[in-house]
Amino acid sequence: MSAALTASALVADLTSALPGGVLPQAVDSPGDPSTAEAVLFWVLAPVMVIASFGLLFARKAVHAALSVILVMISLAFMYVTQGAVFLGVVQVVVYTGAIMMLFLFVLMLVGVSTADSLVETIRGQRWIGWLAGLGLAVVLAGVIGTAAYPRPVGLQVANEDSNPVGIAHLVFGEYVFAMEVVGALLVTAALGALVYTHRRRLTPRVDQRSRAALRVRSGQHLAPLPAPGVYAKHNAMDVPALDPYGQPIEDSVPRVLRVRGQEADAAEYAARIDRVIGGRAAAERGVAARDEQTATPPPHADPGGAPAGEPRIGDAVAGVDAGAPDSEEGK
Amino acid sequence: MTLTHYLVLSGILFSVGASAVLLRRNAIIAFMGVELMLNATNLALVTFSRLHGDLTGQVLAFFVMVVAAAEVVVGLAIIVAIFRTRRSASIDDVNLLKS
Repeated sequence: MSAALTASALVADLTSALPGGVLPQAVDSPGDPSTAEAVLFWVLAPVMVIASFGLLFARKAVHAALSVILVMISLAFMYVTQGAVFLGVVQVVVYTGAIMMLFLFVLMLVGVSTADSLVETIRGQRWIGWLAGLGLAVVLAGVIGTAAYPRPVGLQVANEDSNPVGIAHLVFGEYVFAMEVVGALLVTAALGALVYTHRRRLTPRVDQRSRAALRVRSGQHLAPLPAPGVYAKHNAMDVPALDPYGQPIEDSVPRVLRVRGQEADAAEYAARIDRVIGGRAAAERGVAARDEQTATPPPHADPGGAPAGEPRIGDAVAGVDAGAPDSEEGK
Repeated sequence: MTLTHYLVLSGILFSVGASAVLLRRNAIIAFMGVELMLNATNLALVTFSRLHGDLTGQVLAFFVMVVAAAEVVVGLAIIVAIFRTRRSASIDDVNLLKS
């Protein structure tokens, strides 16, 4: 009975609010919306309602957040057209700029891909939820439809010396205590967020000093590892460095190269140093140089077009070598 | 149109936000539903402020915004804290706290 009454009252209100029936009124009262405002409303309102449905049906949380941002920016437009300029700016700065960005940050933190679970823990909760939402909509429609509204006064008088000034007179005059309390609330909220997201450390912190002590205790590599490469001859990452005794140091080659097996052979350089230490270098310098020369002929001695491994070339190289030992030594 | 249209829009947005709180399982989306309800209330407050020619409604909407900012900070911190321990942002998993 009462539901039918509210519904009929709502229908009557909506029919009276049709543009044809309302235009004469709009001329009368100063607070009534102008035609431009009506155009803005009828453009923005459907967009807002559709975007708010994104909150209900969007599968990804980021899409829901973006649709809510759209609703909030449209609301800022509506505030400005309604004469609440200050609130329009605050809406953009606080709601869209701070609150929704905070939501997006937390979405990134929690994981964008977290999808809604479809398992119902309470049986029939989905249908009950839909019913409750629809019921709330009907109740609100009934209240809005049956309420008696005064003729709109408009904010021309209240906004006489600009809207922010009018609000400032109220906030810092009549409601200054509420303003102080809200400030205390904001500080408390910031502290609360700090306390909630604080994570207690479970293990002691590993700093540079403890790391150094651990290294000394383990007894290996107190100094940094030697750099790879034999600087006098072959300076490359894959060649092991030689220690003072002429032996290659395996650890000087980067671990990745060692694991891949791309380490170069340093036996050649190590062998030469062995010879130097053995004191035979002075005696066999010429022989060693010739051996090395025949083993790997230098590119400048290789005439183009000649087949490799021909004995004639080897003899020629040996002749050159024997003819000018000093120049070969200088290489 | 009349100012009543703003109130109707506000009512629609409020019910959509309430339905989102009731229906969605993701805690963050449900929380955004709360924000939408607060915004709808603000629209109604601004409209009433214009209807009566009194700026008090706008001051109230301003305080609603400030309190909403504080509430969002604490609420999101709770969601992050729960996510750290449960690895989930679903509201249904929170009832495991009792066991």
